Parts: sequence; structure tokens; C-alpha cells
Amino acid sequence: MATAFAVLAKDVRSELRARQAVSGSVVFGLLVVVIFNFAFDLEGEAGEAAGAGALWVAIVLAAMIGFNFIFAQEREQGGMEGLLLSSPDPSAIFFGKLAGALLFTLALEIVLFPAFALFAGVSLLSPGLPVLTLLGTIGFVTVGTLFSAMAVTSRSRELFLPLLLLPVAAPVLIAAAEGTRALIQDQPLGDLLPAISILGAFDVVFLALSPPLFQFVMEEMAS
Amino acid sequence: MSANVAGARGSPRVALAALTAALIVSALVAAFIIAPPEMEMGDLQRIFYFHVASAWTAFLAFFVVFLASVAYLKTRAARWDIVAISAAEIGVVFTSVTLLSGSVWARSAWGTWWTWEPRLATTLMLWLIYVAYLLLREMVDEPERRGVFAAVFGIMGFADVPIVFMSVRWWRSLHPAVVTNEGFNMDAQMLPALFLSLAAFSVLFAYLLLVRTGLGRSEFRLAELRQRLYWRQEGIDLDE
Repeated sequence: MATAFAVLAKDVRSELRARQAVSGSVVFGLLVVVIFNFAFDLEGEAGEAAGAGALWVAIVLAAMIGFNFIFAQEREQGGMEGLLLSSPDPSAIFFGKLAGALLFTLALEIVLFPAFALFAGVSLLSPGLPVLTLLGTIGFVTVGTLFSAMAVTSRSRELFLPLLLLPVAAPVLIAAAEGTRALIQDQPLGDLLPAISILGAFDVVFLALSPPLFQFVMEEMAS
Repeated sequence: MSANVAGARGSPRVALAALTAALIVSALVAAFIIAPPEMEMGDLQRIFYFHVASAWTAFLAFFVVFLASVAYLKTRAARWDIVAISAAEIGVVFTSVTLLSGSVWARSAWGTWWTWEPRLATTLMLWLIYVAYLLLREMVDEPERRGVFAAVFGIMGFADVPIVFMSVRWWRSLHPAVVTNEGFNMDAQMLPALFLSLAAFSVLFAYLLLVRTGLGRSEFRLAELRQRLYWRQEGIDLDE
């Protein structure tokens, strides 16, 4: 727990100083939202029907840009060996990295949600939104953290992460987009249940699998 | 010594090939001659026997990828990695067959080559996951690292499949359901064709897996020999 927190604090500090991942991703995410609005004319009814999908695609694409930074510093400066030496527990390192990526993605969403609501002229205000967003974000960020650890050590890492993450995280995208659409269309909260249960199932399965698998990945990163 | 090993492996391979051929011929006979034409779809329905069998074989193959991935992470023995890549390749082929045969059938039965229906969407995502698996292996050069990364992805990908299915299920399903709570939803004369083609495809899978892992082992040996040759040329003596 202390290790996880130390890793998180270190990453937050270095991000606050460099402001690389968040600012780059936020601008990229805004660009995607704007382009989708032009391309699909997402105002009014079209926004209600297709906007949620566009929004979540923008979030995932922008977040993926940031994921490349999660392990980048560790790779370049031999930081991975340092991390391995400093802690006997790889899953603590994983949770620290995961918490950092989660904070970063939530920061991204705090900018993208109002921007989308403004451009598409829809309301996202609903008690269901924080639940959906948190569950959805935990889901694809968990897988993203694990896969970005593999991506930094491979050739063509720019291609590696989206290629692996998108098919595996597809259920999250589908469920989050369907849930957000129900929410934009002002359907009763009960209609969010299938989306929430799928996101929950995804989160449980991947939170359980990722830390032990990360251990194997980390050994390879340090070697 | 290696000749002995090849000889010992040769005979089950030949036996399995013969069994596969026999089962395929009987499945063809059962599907095209014994089974009656379906009431509404007529002869078109016969594609079903091979469609279902290839879908089943694809799932079987991906399950083997999952098991071999777990075994590889536990033992780090190259043979499990070879089993995983072999099964993944075969699985992608059978998933492609499933998608293509389903598409041909859907063109006549539903009037469209493709529709976003849960089972179709799930199968397509499955195909994409394992194509990504094969590409991942191309992107990592170092053999042990490639094995570990592929195994991690093989486990995550397989765990994903039921969730993908759930996530697309709440759209209305058009896909015919053959096995329902009341048992098999088809004519008794059609059952031999279905079961024979299931058996034929499963045995074909086992045969392909045997051949492909044999090839993988040869590749592995060859890479090892090349390395030794290189070392010898560089004057590094390994046998000390």
C-alpha cells in the first residue's frame, strides 16, 4: 500500500512538473470531439443518438496517448530496475501505476465531458454518470496499464498499445457508450443496469488478472 | 536420435490423418445425402453443419491458447509457447471460416452479408483479438519476452470473450438458437451430420495442431542450431 502510494506520488509529481501526458491528451481529445461534431453533425437528436459513442471513442483515443507515458520514463532511465529493487511486491507497483493512469484519465474526462455537452447541446447531468464513468474508466485503464508495460519494451510501440487494447477493451467502450446514451436520452436509471453490470464484470475480471500477470511482464521489462 | 523421435511421432500423425479423412468423408455424406433439406431454407441450411463445427473448433483452439499460455508462464518451457502460437493460428483460420460461411448463409437467409447481431459481433471481436495476438508476436523479437507477452495477452483475451458476448447480448438477437432449454431444435435425421462434422473438425484441429507444433519445434531447433553455428564461427566454445 505504501509502495503503491509512493509510486503514485512520484508519477503525479513528475507529471505536474512536465505536464506532458495530460495536456497533450486533453488537446488531442478536444480535437477528436470537435472533428466528430463536424463529421457527424452531433447537435440535437443526432447528438443524443450517436454522441455517446463519439464521446467514448474520443476518451479512449486520447487516454491511449497518455498511456504511452505511464512506463516511458522507467524504461529510458533504467527506472524499472530501481522500482523492482525498491519493492518486493510487483502488484503494489502495478496499483501505483494504475492509480496514476486513473487520475490522468479522470482529469481528461473532466475536460471532455463539459466540452462535449456544450458542443452537442445535450445534458450529461445525472447521478448515473459518475458511476458509469468510474466503472468504465477503471476497466480500460487497468488493461491499458498492463498492456502499456508490454508496449514500452517492444518495437513499434505506437502501434502495439492500440492494437492490443482496443479489441480487449471493446466491451467497456460498448457498455459505457450504451449507458451514456441512455443517460443522455433521459431514460430511467434502471436502464443503466445492464451497462453497469457489464462494466462491473469487466472490472472485476481484469482487476483480478492484471496484477499477477504484471509480475511476469515486469520481469521482462527489467531484463 | 532425432530420426527416432520423428519416427515415433510419425505413426500417430498418420493414424490421425486417416481418422480425420474418414470423419470428413462421413460428415460430408451425412450432411449432403442423409440429412433432409430444411423446411424453409432448403439446401442452404446444409452450410450450418460446417459453420457450427468451425465455430466450435475456433473456441476449442482459443481455449488451448489460454491453457498453453498459463502453462508457459508457469514453466517457461518453449513447447507451451509453440502450442499457443499453433493453436492461435488454427483458431484464426477456423474463426475466418465461421465468419465467411455465416456470411454466405446470411446473404440468402437474412438478405444481408453482415448485420450487427450479438453472435456476429462477438465472433468478429474474437477474430480481431487473436489477429492482434499474432501481430503481437511479430512485434517482439526476443523469444522469451515474446512468449511472456503473448501468454499475458492470450489469457486476457480469453477472459474477455464471455464479457464481449454479454456486452453485445442486449441487442436483439436474430441468430438462430439450435440448443435451447427444450433440447435440440432440429430434425433427428440432421443430428448425425451435425455430430459427425463436429467430430471431424475437432479431429482435424488435433491433426493440424500436431503438424503445426512439429513445425514450431523444428523452427525452434533451427534457431538454436543457427545460434550455435554463429557462436562457433565467432570462436566461442560452448561445450566447455
